[in-house]
Amino acid sequence: MPHNLIISGGHIIDPSQGIDKIADLLITKGKISWIGDKGKAPSQPDLHTVDATGLIVCPGFIDLHCHLREPGFEDKETIGTGTKAAAKGGFTTVCCMPNTNPPLDNQTSIDYVKKTAEIEGTVQVLPIGCITKGRQGKELTEMNELAKVGVIGFSDDGDTVASSRIMSLAMDYSQVLGLPIIDHCEDKELSDNGFMNDGWVSARLGLKGMPKAAEEIVVARDLALAQLTGAKLHIAHVSTDGSVELIRRAKEKGVSVTAEVTPHHLTLTEERVMGSQLKENKQLAYDTNAKVNPPLRTKEDIAALIKGLNGGIIDAIATDHAPHTLVDKMCEFGLAAFGISGLETALACLMGLVHSGQLDLKTLISKLTFEPARIIGTKYGELGTLKTGCPADVTLLDPNKEWVVDSHDFASKGKNTPFDGCSFKGRIIMTIVAGKTVYREDL
Amino acid sequence: MIETIEPSSSTTTPDTFPPPFIAVWQHHHILDLDDFTQEEIELVLETANAMAEVLTREVKKVPTLRGKTVVTLFYEPSTRTRASFELAAKNLSADTVSLDAAKSSVTKGESLIDSLCTIQALGADIIVMRHSQSGAPYLAMQHVKCSIINAGDGWHAHPSQALLDLYTIRRHLGKLANLKVAIIGDITHSRVARSDIWGMTTMGTKVVLCAPSTLLPRGLDNFIANCRLPNVSIETKIEPALEGADVVMPLRLQMERQQSGLLPSLREYIQLYQLTMERLSLAKPHVLVMHPGPMNEGIEISPEVAHGTQSVIEEQVANGVTIRMALLYLIAGGKSK
Amino acid sequence: MPDRILMSPEDMQRALVRVAHEIVERNKGANDIVLVGMQTRGVPLAKRLAATIQGLEGITVPVGSLDISLYRDDLSSLSLKPTVHRTDIPIDVSGKQVVLVDDVFYTGRSIRAAMDALIDLGRPQSIQLAVLVDRGHRELPIRADYVGKNIPTSKDEEIKVSVKEVDDEDKVTILSPGKGANDRND
Repeated sequence: MPHNLIISGGHIIDPSQGIDKIADLLITKGKISWIGDKGKAPSQPDLHTVDATGLIVCPGFIDLHCHLREPGFEDKETIGTGTKAAAKGGFTTVCCMPNTNPPLDNQTSIDYVKKTAEIEGTVQVLPIGCITKGRQGKELTEMNELAKVGVIGFSDDGDTVASSRIMSLAMDYSQVLGLPIIDHCEDKELSDNGFMNDGWVSARLGLKGMPKAAEEIVVARDLALAQLTGAKLHIAHVSTDGSVELIRRAKEKGVSVTAEVTPHHLTLTEERVMGSQLKENKQLAYDTNAKVNPPLRTKEDIAALIKGLNGGIIDAIATDHAPHTLVDKMCEFGLAAFGISGLETALACLMGLVHSGQLDLKTLISKLTFEPARIIGTKYGELGTLKTGCPADVTLLDPNKEWVVDSHDFASKGKNTPFDGCSFKGRIIMTIVAGKTVYREDL
Repeated sequence: MIETIEPSSSTTTPDTFPPPFIAVWQHHHILDLDDFTQEEIELVLETANAMAEVLTREVKKVPTLRGKTVVTLFYEPSTRTRASFELAAKNLSADTVSLDAAKSSVTKGESLIDSLCTIQALGADIIVMRHSQSGAPYLAMQHVKCSIINAGDGWHAHPSQALLDLYTIRRHLGKLANLKVAIIGDITHSRVARSDIWGMTTMGTKVVLCAPSTLLPRGLDNFIANCRLPNVSIETKIEPALEGADVVMPLRLQMERQQSGLLPSLREYIQLYQLTMERLSLAKPHVLVMHPGPMNEGIEISPEVAHGTQSVIEEQVANGVTIRMALLYLIAGGKSK
Repeated sequence: MPDRILMSPEDMQRALVRVAHEIVERNKGANDIVLVGMQTRGVPLAKRLAATIQGLEGITVPVGSLDISLYRDDLSSLSLKPTVHRTDIPIDVSGKQVVLVDDVFYTGRSIRAAMDALIDLGRPQSIQLAVLVDRGHRELPIRADYVGKNIPTSKDEEIKVSVKEVDDEDKVTILSPGKGANDRND
């Protein structure tokens, strides 16, 4: 049993309860037991104090979308290393995608993940099950069984369910379970094995492009099917202004849809493929660290995504943490794997939007805590909150601390980040899961 | 009849000439022409001029690169470019080694970086590489200290081809500024077109890119706007592209383009875009017909035009050796920054 | 110490006329002579010699220009002065008395490179060397056949030859130590 802990003098922001004030927070027996004025906490035996002056204290972040790679791709990441990275990033719950090997389309594989997470995981791991067997897009998985084993939703992420018929069946079938279908929206025939956004940068670099329409076509299809079936749809990693607009109209009509966006899609454009602005040398770099699916898009898309976040059209922020080995990334651009290792830079990168006034800090925290919890539902209790009686999942962050990203310091095995060498203002200081301190900056 | 403005080969050398200009050559690698200044391109063309004289001798050799090793590493098949680089290196007395990816350990799965490091360890000074992936030379230069000359990377760049195109045009038309060059064909997949865009606009030439819209990159308009290239324009019809052109350059149409659905048929392409004698008459009377080769006679270019009086296609090949000698010379001597 | 003028335009002209006479004398006439000027200033000097010889013997001596950039023994100075000019010798040098003409004769390395170049172009019967200024400090066993003026120097000094056709005036100056001249003397 972890120590009793008092987090003192921090600026507590809990969107689930509308708390936004300097206060003390008491954790006893691994649960939140009291929030109130400084120094007024009921006395406790064996009490440790954390001085949170100048820090933000909020519910632990929840990542709706991350790739832990285990089972099958342990050279890229394991549940152990991935959850350590999550803790460093201030995340206390992560939802892991099922594109493992074997994929999470059956009870045994999911049990494996759960068991491994219990033993080696640093934070809470919630599994996502496949929509179709083997993610082949042909036959539905035994969704009921997967729901019993504890999945919080279904996804074939990495792939799209290409057949509209199968997708509508999946939505029909999952509806009863009340669990969302999470779709990676990409018309693969149109994106045709492209490497980056289809635009002026791909034209200049001579790289095959993936048009925005490839995402928007499937978003539109999924929204129509969600309207048809009444199922819960969750759009993964939205990246275009067109998608935002489609989701907006669907929500207006009352379609049951939620959506997420990644930190990198909110802050980087396709121009990042041309190299880091940090390096003096002005040559094109074909930087594979900027190769991601969906690809980095344009300034206009970023503006629409931020507007969508602020307007509630995009409900949550999720990292799509996609670690890869050096070998998979240090090669020709066309051959490199897609993905950014994002858990440990998420908060810092998003704080840039707060500092520039584009995003409110409260909104940001809500998109990382309250909203993802709402999408997951109460299967695992009340998440994303500092309500008394709930497990003490707490994150402390310094919104102004300046630091420079060095991927060598990552707890994740994946060092593939386009933010290497970037100076950020905003850093996770401490992460607490069920009352236990799983990460401290100075350790 | 094409006018050829020969550099001075009279029996007397001119009485007055400018003092030797002192240029600073900035390049340790030659990956693309997008970072070449006008002065640097001029320097390459001037140097090529001197190299051309060497090729008129009976013994076409000078000792300039004696003791240097030039390795050609080609991941894509090529007859003329590879032979051209090798001859250029040999004419400068360099030692050459040619590696053909199909035969080397690449088929065993050795990564590009490993292959390059091995080549560097074996003592290469200059690596001339051609690769099917755009950007491969940029990866290469981050891992080896040798100079890298890009002999073509995917759809992205082919700087030596663009330079020999500029050299050829100036030899015949005496200048580059304000000329109109029409490049006709598969622009999307053309590294020659991209490098020509950079090289030609730097020298003040106007470039018209002409292709069916399925063979023009969707982002081309924005590329031209964002990179501030006002001298580049786009046409989907061949007639306005050819109107008053000083140079016409059809590009090879790969058969795979029709197979992958980008064109309904070769027949339709030929009807709309083949460079015929009749279409050529829309251009200026002194028009030069160029082609990066190899040609698909009867597809993008009619045999009459390919072998006609306006064609300088064969000369381009010879100029390729000249330009590549100039590039090897400048790279071998340049200080690395 | 300010720059000193060592040869005035008249001094230069007289020296060139004398050298022209010597060339004709030693070669017993002007037949079979080819004057090859070393880029850059050797070329106008060669043309002036040809003009003088024309006046003496009534014979037009062919004049060519030679760029030794492709024959130098070090490429590292390339980045400062990479321009290669075209070598242009209008006749076959085989069997001829080739007279190389240069402005300043210093270490001898340029002349060595020039000889290599000439031999690549053909088989001259003889190669002779005419220089306007010999400043000493030979690093190779090469000597000049015709010298306009001997000017002993120290290694940190620079000799600058200006010729009307290139620099708008004729003169030879010695630059004080530390002052860089535009041309490397070789």
